[in-house]
Amino acid sequence: MKKTVLYEEHLKLGAKMVEYAGYAMPVEYSGLANEHLAVRNTVGVFDVSHMGEILIEGKDATGFANYLITSSVPKQNKRMMYGMMLYESGTIVDDLMMYHYHPEKILLVVNASNLEKDYAWITKQAQSFDVRITNLSDETSQLALQGKEAWKILQEMTDYNLSKMKMFDFDEMNILNLPFLVSRSGYTGEDGFEIYGKGSSIITLFQTLIAKGVTPCGLGCRDTLRFEANLPLYGHEIDADIDPFEATLGFAVDMAKDFIGKKALEGKQLKRKVVAIELLERGIARNPYEVLNEQGEKIGYITTGYLLPGKTQAVALAMLEEGYWAIGTTVYVQIRKSTVKAVVRNKKFLNKTYIK
Amino acid sequence: MSKVLPDLLYTKTHEWVKVEGDVATVGITDYAQHNLGSIVYLEATEAGESVKQFQQFGVVESVKAASDLMSPVSGVVLEVNQEAIDSPELINTDSYETWIIKVKLSDAKELANLLNPEAYQTECK
Repeated sequence: MKKTVLYEEHLKLGAKMVEYAGYAMPVEYSGLANEHLAVRNTVGVFDVSHMGEILIEGKDATGFANYLITSSVPKQNKRMMYGMMLYESGTIVDDLMMYHYHPEKILLVVNASNLEKDYAWITKQAQSFDVRITNLSDETSQLALQGKEAWKILQEMTDYNLSKMKMFDFDEMNILNLPFLVSRSGYTGEDGFEIYGKGSSIITLFQTLIAKGVTPCGLGCRDTLRFEANLPLYGHEIDADIDPFEATLGFAVDMAKDFIGKKALEGKQLKRKVVAIELLERGIARNPYEVLNEQGEKIGYITTGYLLPGKTQAVALAMLEEGYWAIGTTVYVQIRKSTVKAVVRNKKFLNKTYIK
Repeated sequence: MSKVLPDLLYTKTHEWVKVEGDVATVGITDYAQHNLGSIVYLEATEAGESVKQFQQFGVVESVKAASDLMSPVSGVVLEVNQEAIDSPELINTDSYETWIIKVKLSDAKELANLLNPEAYQTECK
């Protein structure tokens, strides 16, 4: 099993460790609910060094990224964009963030669990383009500092004026006099920063953040937070047999340009999609429980579901067939031996408060 | 280090049982609650129904996952701890104080199948 550079720090903090994407990762330290609420109310820090970083450089970098990814490369330098890579069938290889340094240098940050598959896919697609593809994952460590107090904590450690950074801006800067790549972004639905650097720098930064009282947060709350913010996770809302429209990620698909998988999407009718439901009776709907209609017929399945920290009613995202998408529709979730009544609701589990 | 109480018997699946006369009080151990993490949901066989030794009598769910509860004894459920059903997080606070069901024992000989505190302590290592 691989270790991130912060492995020893996690043990010192008493983390419960699990294997994730081939890495020993902290699932929780002080407790999932406590960590979840720290990010919602103040600030928390995550070790996300397991994430994959793939650099595209060269004359055709922009042209290649636009062909590879569903969304368009940002026009401005030092801007990020969310997007997906698709198979020719229109279903999803992976979702990613692209970091547009300049038209000849684009960094892709991909899911750890898909890194090898993604790297192979990208290098295969790149053959007719003038680009260099480099997998930087092993030499790159990453922290996510998330929550409304994130900027304040980070500002104490840098001369860089963070107030001029908007959501999805990124830049290189010194923090604690060490060089990092910092973007105003995250996977929690809160304001925050994703910070990339060398292992030794990341260790120093992590230790300093903990000493300043920032709550260390594990993968457990990373999932509840992203779910509450209605952000997809590969293997759940998105997968190799799900297309972007089924995942309701059409906002990240630019049908005005050419990209791998576009043809398949053009000819396809939407027959199922991800909707939000709320349970009306006791129980927790979890992936991959079946969802049924009034007649007891299967109409879909739960992609992710939780009884979220601080909440009394379980909610879930579910991939449901056409005809069951309208808010207020009654559906049933098969939880072990019981069918539990639920209703289709809006996806705003969380009211996002950060400024775009 | 997880807490193991001296006056209880245990299962390999991390339930505890306290036997007083022919009444067995059942809960989950400190080791179990610690491993589950934040407990948010609890479901148990209702009063009047029977349970069998080492068979499922309920479900405990943390934020992350659901786990089966296995009964340490056979018998009829006398009472379910409604306080634990309503506030399952109490199990995280004190898993030995927060019992889940009380069972009228149908076969006291079965207790020989359970682990004593020393044996359970070893099981948790």
